Amino acid sequence: MTDTSSAGASGASTGAAWTPSLRELERRAVRRRQRRRSLLVASGLVALVLLALGVAVTSSPGWPNVKELFFSWEHAREAFPDVLAGFWLNVKLFLVCEVVILVLGLLVALARVARSPWLAPVRVLAVVYTDLLRGIPTLLLVLMLGFGMPALGLQGVPISGTFWAGVALVLSYSAYVAEVFRAGIDSVHPSQVASAQALGLSRPQALRFVVVPQAVRRVVPPLLNDFVSLQKDTALVSAVAVFDAVFAARDSAAYNFNYTPYVVVACFFVVLTVPLARLTDWLQRRWLARERAGQL
Amino acid sequence: MSAIPSTALLQVRGLRKTYGDRVVLDSVDLDVHAHDVVCLIGSSGSGKSTLLRCLDLLEDVDDGTITLDGHEISDPLVDPREVRKRVGMVFQAYNLFPHLSVLDNCTLAPRRVHGLSKAEAETRALELLDQFGLAEHARKHPDRLSGGQQQRVALVRALCTRPELLLLDEITAALDPELVGEVLTIVRDLAVAGTTMVLATHEMAFAREVATKVCFLHQGRILEQGPPDQLFTDPREDRTRQFLARVLPSAG
Repeated sequence: MTDTSSAGASGASTGAAWTPSLRELERRAVRRRQRRRSLLVASGLVALVLLALGVAVTSSPGWPNVKELFFSWEHAREAFPDVLAGFWLNVKLFLVCEVVILVLGLLVALARVARSPWLAPVRVLAVVYTDLLRGIPTLLLVLMLGFGMPALGLQGVPISGTFWAGVALVLSYSAYVAEVFRAGIDSVHPSQVASAQALGLSRPQALRFVVVPQAVRRVVPPLLNDFVSLQKDTALVSAVAVFDAVFAARDSAAYNFNYTPYVVVACFFVVLTVPLARLTDWLQRRWLARERAGQL
Repeated sequence: MSAIPSTALLQVRGLRKTYGDRVVLDSVDLDVHAHDVVCLIGSSGSGKSTLLRCLDLLEDVDDGTITLDGHEISDPLVDPREVRKRVGMVFQAYNLFPHLSVLDNCTLAPRRVHGLSKAEAETRALELLDQFGLAEHARKHPDRLSGGQQQRVALVRALCTRPELLLLDEITAALDPELVGEVLTIVRDLAVAGTTMVLATHEMAFAREVATKVCFLHQGRILEQGPPDQLFTDPREDRTRQFLARVLPSAG
């Protein structure tokens, strides 16, 4: 409606108010109808599929037993406080580990893409580290560090099982995350490095200011994948007798001969994961909208 | 839908396109007849590319109609894929698929969209690649080629589907001057062969030589259109004259 760019124009009539033509109004009505129809089809199908699944599960012969064993309301209520207290430990463990993993993973990735001959030992170390740590099952790592390190009885080394289980998670996940970062760094087109170097930036500067910021954005979805996985794997600390949500649930389940606490824990993990996924989706959309505004 | 019979292959009436508050195209009227070569000229941001993207239905228009061969294609009920089977488009940045060889780039649409067999599609593609001096590169991947070669591949890729209308969006703008010639030669050959084309271009000499009609766009409007001889030598509008004075150093 307003023509912002016709300063000094000699009577350009572009500024005249525009009213949609009849054809355009007709077209908008058609688009609205199309949107309504697809919304209707989508919601109808979702409802149908959910209904069919529900009927299939509840009509199975063993359903009453399963219902009592896994979905008992009283047991859920009884286990809830313990599980919640335990889950708080999972959340803390996850939050601390996540930050350390991001830093360590990025450092290892950078070490692997380093070119300087002086950094050759670091590079070799980084390769050995990722190969080795990704190869060892996380559970074994948790068991070895969680029981082994405190048993060494070294002066000044923490003896808490939680601490060492956390270290095991960090070591294992940093190796995965390093590889994700490295894939992201490799996916940035070489012309970006060239143009950064053409501006006089050193190679580390080019990585720091040009390559890594682009790489990080690209790898957000796989990183999220790893972090959802990490959230769940904080449950592995229960293997070294740390009183987390899973340990609390196992305790309660064994005491009452009822598995409902496990379902409660599962719900806790889901509730933690979904908002994180939505948050990253939103972040990604915002980045894309900013970088691809107006062009293809 | 207006039922006025028209001889034009492509007819644009009152086209309007906005991004938020910004009006990018405003009341654009354009007729393209079979075998026409229509050149869109104008400064950057005048709406040339947006017009082409609207014609290929890559953008939803905000008002007006686009009619192809008597059928309104700006109708939301029209399947854009049916339209794009008949219309080819080449982009400024080539937009070749880097993971496919030159030949596979050229045979993708004929095989997957037009239902040609692999052998048929490859014969046709190789024929065109050969015609445009690219036969030796057929098995290479696009990033191995020069810009001019890549843009020629992009042209071949568009031609492999035998489009009735070819849209070219500043296809030489990203090329070195010495590579511009090899691409324009092809476009010139296509024009001589009677291919219907709408092209946005900054190459005024070329536009003057091949165009049957030149349209000058300014702030989203076609300010003036006419045969190249008239528009380049005796423009009616002041703005056209100013623009030409800027881009044609020798023009009086």
